[in-house]
Amino acid sequence: MNIDGVTNGIVIDHIAAGRSMEIYHYLKLEKLDSCVAIIKNVRSTKYGKKDIIKIDEIIDVDLDVLGYLDPHITVNIVRDGKVMKKMNLEPPRELKNILKCKNPRCITTTEQEIDQIFRLVNEETCSYRCVYCEALAKGGD
Amino acid sequence: MRHFIDIADLTKEEIEGLITLAEDIMRHPDGYAQICRGKKLATLFFEPSTRTRLSFEAAMLDLGGAVLGFSQADSSSVAKGESVSDTIRTVCYYADIIAIRHPKEGAPLLASQRSSVPVINAGDGGHNHPTQTLADLLTIHREKGRLGNLTIGLCGDLKFGRTVHSLITAMSCYEGVKFILISPEELRLPGYVRHGVLAGKNVEWVETRDLECALPELDILYMTRVQKERFFNEADYIRLKDSFILDQDKLKNTKPDLSILHPLPRVNEISVKVDDDPRACYFKQVEYGKFIRMALIMMLLEVQK
Ligand SMILES: [Zn+2]
Repeated sequence: MNIDGVTNGIVIDHIAAGRSMEIYHYLKLEKLDSCVAIIKNVRSTKYGKKDIIKIDEIIDVDLDVLGYLDPHITVNIVRDGKVMKKMNLEPPRELKNILKCKNPRCITTTEQEIDQIFRLVNEETCSYRCVYCEALAKGGD
Repeated sequence: MRHFIDIADLTKEEIEGLITLAEDIMRHPDGYAQICRGKKLATLFFEPSTRTRLSFEAAMLDLGGAVLGFSQADSSSVAKGESVSDTIRTVCYYADIIAIRHPKEGAPLLASQRSSVPVINAGDGGHNHPTQTLADLLTIHREKGRLGNLTIGLCGDLKFGRTVHSLITAMSCYEGVKFILISPEELRLPGYVRHGVLAGKNVEWVETRDLECALPELDILYMTRVQKERFFNEADYIRLKDSFILDQDKLKNTKPDLSILHPLPRVNEISVKVDDDPRACYFKQVEYGKFIRMALIMMLLEVQK
């Protein structure tokens, strides 16, 4: 794995080609001061093409968000130029305030200060349902 | 403390326990007439439903308890009014148990998260109406003496009919249950119920567009209303609403002990001429609805005879 340029930081690897910007926004990386590199369409033996995000700082990455977006992603924590920890993801059981319910009849559309909670209902298809109205939100690909 | 928001909140055994309790209340109402003395039920109806509210209030009064609450005539004021969270936090100081009806889906679940007393879902939009399902189950048990080994026809709006979905969920736990799903193509049972509930439980089921052909096989016929608001255009509604109407003519070839159920209110899907037929059970269902709500209130308040 290519972690060039990162001494202490995070490398998010095996992102499906073309989806790095989406992940950049979900993780709110635009708010970081440190150096963030997005590398697109890297050739990969396993996936054909992939995207990589390198962050020059060890931050708290929301693994639930990544696991929801694409459980194939791997997250590497780099210290002193070495991979200290490699994390494989899985779809989280519950998503809190990540998705918004799109059902206009749902209580979450009118009630203030209500958490948007979605629960995993099918691991194979990675489907989530709103706990309030059971509307389906499809995760992953 | 427990709440009752979804029919799946109760196990099969707990549902059977409620049915047994409701049947005992029916036999010995005097023994229960003071059992909830000093307790108060709040009926919070953010959307009007006189039938359901009266059933809850009669249930609490027949247990010796008291009732308070409100019913909003105009559900459009909900958006402008006080939030569900704030209402619940306030009402908890006055009541020992709450029955909430709300036009928004999931409002009773939210209420239960904010409440310090048990919350009962008395209907949330087109989503759930689990006490209706308990009433349906008690009716079937009273009429047939069992919940298994029955062929159940479900007719009308199977797509949006929430009581249909939860009745299927509850009944599919029993051996020998067969469902005959009778609806127009546009109002078929949704895929997630067909594949999720029915396929998962190994239940026998068939789909048909023909009520008349299905009737001779049935032990139970569960009729539902085809609601106008479910359609985007008037023409579709008019074309479909009359295709699944039950009249005396169609009833010629049924089993003599067929039980006809309907969650009410009806529009015209059951001819009023059928009302006096001994097979019609939909008004008895209303009576059973009160008794099962009495049993539910007792269970959630943890009062015992
Ligand atoms: Zn929702």
